[in-house]
Amino acid sequence: MGIAIEIKSVILRMYEDLQRALQKPIHQRHWGMVIDTRKCVGCNACTIACKAENKLPPGVVYNVVIDEEFGTYPNVARRFISRPCLHCQNPPCVRVCPVRATYKRADGIVVIDYDDCIGCRYCISACPYGARSFDFGTFYTVRQTPEVAPWDVMPSFEYGEVVQREPGNPWRSPIGNARKCHFCLHRLEKGMLPACVTTCIGQARIFGDLNDPNSLVAQLAASPRAVRLKEELGTEPSVYYLL
Amino acid sequence: MGKRALFIAIIGILLIVIGLSGLIDRLTHGMLNVGWSTPVPWAMWLAFYIYFIGLSAGAFLISSLVYVFGMRQFERIGRLALFVALVSLLTALLFVWLDLGHMERFFFVFLHPGITSPLAWIVWLYTLYLILLTAEIWFVMRPSFVRGSEGKSGKARLYRILTLGVRDLSPKALERDRKVVRVLATVGIPLAIAFHGGTGAVFAVTIARAYWYSGLYPIMFLVSALASGGALLTAIVAFLVPNGLGEHREEVIGLGRLLVLLLFVDFLMEIAEILVSLYGTAPAHFIPIQEQLFGPNWWIFWVLGMGMALVGPMLILTFLGRKSALWTGIAALSATIGFIGIRWNIVLPGFAVEELPGIGRSFMEPHWVYRFYSPTWTEWGVTLFCIGVGVLILALGFWLLPLRAEEASA
Repeated sequence: MGIAIEIKSVILRMYEDLQRALQKPIHQRHWGMVIDTRKCVGCNACTIACKAENKLPPGVVYNVVIDEEFGTYPNVARRFISRPCLHCQNPPCVRVCPVRATYKRADGIVVIDYDDCIGCRYCISACPYGARSFDFGTFYTVRQTPEVAPWDVMPSFEYGEVVQREPGNPWRSPIGNARKCHFCLHRLEKGMLPACVTTCIGQARIFGDLNDPNSLVAQLAASPRAVRLKEELGTEPSVYYLL
Repeated sequence: MGKRALFIAIIGILLIVIGLSGLIDRLTHGMLNVGWSTPVPWAMWLAFYIYFIGLSAGAFLISSLVYVFGMRQFERIGRLALFVALVSLLTALLFVWLDLGHMERFFFVFLHPGITSPLAWIVWLYTLYLILLTAEIWFVMRPSFVRGSEGKSGKARLYRILTLGVRDLSPKALERDRKVVRVLATVGIPLAIAFHGGTGAVFAVTIARAYWYSGLYPIMFLVSALASGGALLTAIVAFLVPNGLGEHREEVIGLGRLLVLLLFVDFLMEIAEILVSLYGTAPAHFIPIQEQLFGPNWWIFWVLGMGMALVGPMLILTFLGRKSALWTGIAALSATIGFIGIRWNIVLPGFAVEELPGIGRSFMEPHWVYRFYSPTWTEWGVTLFCIGVGVLILALGFWLLPLRAEEASA
């Protein structure tokens, strides 16, 4: 019972933080995430929730869970680094885009305009975290299995638009584009938490407004346990890990 | 059509025909059947693109020996150098255009450029360079167009159009042409340094890839551009220009002397890059080098890069090429081909290291495979097609354009 109350309270707390943030003007928000590696069991539910939410085709993956093994038997340990897009405050991917198709919003989210992206993949080369994918136009079932699964050709609602991938048409975006995690912007705008956050069985992912000192995410990000990946590159990620 | 031009044209058409199926697949299925992936996002086409851009910059800078520095001994190959620069540029642009996920949107880089992106800078610079190069070629060839426009043959008719109505051949007009060429060629030098150094900068500013992230890169690009462009030009003069080994012996051997120096500087830079990276303990630095030297594609480094592009030609040029145009030509041809390997090893080893340790094992799906790349037929086909187009344009130039300076204007 005690555990259940605690889990509910974390989700509720994040939900309240989110609503509070949405009351503010966009430039006063700074969406961010804290991922507690001690609570992550490496189940990959975040990856799958993201795939389902954004209808991601084969080869396009916004979130991965990196499984690291340390030591030699009998002293062996595993660590899971679940990695969405880190939404850097100095995003190297944004600087190199030749057509300004990818940019950082006032609320800190790095987005891609599918209709502007020319598919040069410079951003993919430039991301130090491997957070971007190229959409090659693959499908899970179209021309792979005898029956086309309905979910395979369903549109996603990324960026609040109806994003319909068309089998066999490489000229239609998002096929031929770079794609990436956007913190489920379309859900945020409807007052919902990102899919990976709500689905995390261990409540390892804490999401909210880093600019709000009373938000759970800001309080955890201030913990001495909090680190950011490749801090030395000066990218200033908005995602913190609790080691 | 001369025998030479016909021969070159047939090679070009053959390459186009062989590659056509790859091109068709590329245009109808997009990137569905390519061998590169998200973890290896730039591959064969990018390598060939920087190869041809380098050839263009190199050939252009060598033409400046004639048109800026007034080196008489290369006067007769100045036009050829300019035309080779144009052909290489067009081939390079074709490669990079076909490499885009959305080719139809290429002009967005003019409509709303990302001013912080080296890729945007170089596209603008390529455009300026294309305009400048075309203008320079026109001014250099105009007297020949005018002289050749008499008569009823198709070529004369073409030349009449190409004069653009400027038919003045007075000494004053020719002097004005020469002055314009000199200005264009002079402006072209910083432009060529900028666009090719900028091509190097595309890689050099990428902090995510330790292998590329080096101030040496733009400089290396320039040196190897000069070396490879010089080699291509030498090989073309020696083997494609009619009686090149005889009539142009002086130019071939002269270019060979220049080439050996350029190859040596390039060799030094390669060695510096390799030794510094290997000395350290940082995997992001030494794994790409290790992979090149001892990985499954070791032959690209040792056979193409070191053997055919650098050490082999240097030895041939030093010991056999000083008196023999034939050996100089052979060395130049070998270097021209070998530099493909050097370009390959600029692009691909950049992806030899996972961005985050273990990320390659975190997920498995098609087009999401780390540390592996093997070009597919689509990629080979498009590559052959693009090279074929370049060869065909070269043949058209040999056929139709006054690539050889007339004695009168020399």
